[in-house]
Amino acid sequence: MLIRPKAGILDPQGEAVQRALPALGFEGVSHVHVGRMVELDVPDTSQLEPMCEKLLANPLVEDYEIVLADS
Amino acid sequence: MRRFGGPRMKFGILQFPGSCDEIDALHAARRVADAELLWHGDSDLKGADAIVVPGGFSYGDYLRAGAIARFSPVMESVIEFANAGGPVLGICNGFQVLCEARLLPGALLPNANLRFTFRQVALDVVDGETAFTSACVKGARLSIPAKHSWGRYYANEDTLARMRARGQVVLRYARGENFNGSSDDIAGVRNERGNVFGLMPHPEHAVDELSGSTDGLCLFASMRRTVEDRAACA
Repeated sequence: MLIRPKAGILDPQGEAVQRALPALGFEGVSHVHVGRMVELDVPDTSQLEPMCEKLLANPLVEDYEIVLADS
Repeated sequence: MRRFGGPRMKFGILQFPGSCDEIDALHAARRVADAELLWHGDSDLKGADAIVVPGGFSYGDYLRAGAIARFSPVMESVIEFANAGGPVLGICNGFQVLCEARLLPGALLPNANLRFTFRQVALDVVDGETAFTSACVKGARLSIPAKHSWGRYYANEDTLARMRARGQVVLRYARGENFNGSSDDIAGVRNERGNVFGLMPHPEHAVDELSGSTDGLCLFASMRRTVEDRAACA
């Protein structure tokens, strides 16, 4: 699960990273956002969405994306 | 200091693994009433008349501040207690827990300055007639310490408009004091019904002249008044 701050909500962490990159010579970087990733094994993938809604993300301020990988 | 001939009202102060301000909250509550600690793993509220969800770092702030504490056995009872109209105060991490539990609107995000900040802040009492501020004076300015890195109050525009219309903004950071970047300078909010209230600054650290201010006491005194007035009417 990829969880990131909702668009339009101030993301000071993303801004700080964006300001740091040019200092290392990486020019032209924009729209930096810092979120988090939760990796797990689950027997039934239909559990993933309610899991995100109830605990892993706060839907008021975060968007989540579910990425399935073959084990 | 009994009133109405009944027993003194009692505060229940929650204690999670990682709480760190529950003892100060206990002492603050005991200045105006009885108080007892309630362990997170026990769903029994021990007959408390009012609940304080204290500050700290419940469950290590893992995932998001308050996200895991919200599902503890004691919180299931607090949610029931709040839904039945019982007064609940959330301070700092407790405010985060109450937002995560959806007992209060909005959410707390990392401070705009990305720093842990510890300072005395001036708060304006927007509404002095709530269950949590009736012993304060409307328009009064309270001097109370704040210490957090995750205290930027956020609600979307529609929610903010609804909250303003319903008088749910109870405390605001005074001009120039909003160090964490909270929406609309909001420092403390109540639910629509008026029995749940949360704030980021720490009234329990401002109850003794020794620490520079006793302005925090009025919140605890207001809760006592709320409980006693209700008992007198019952």
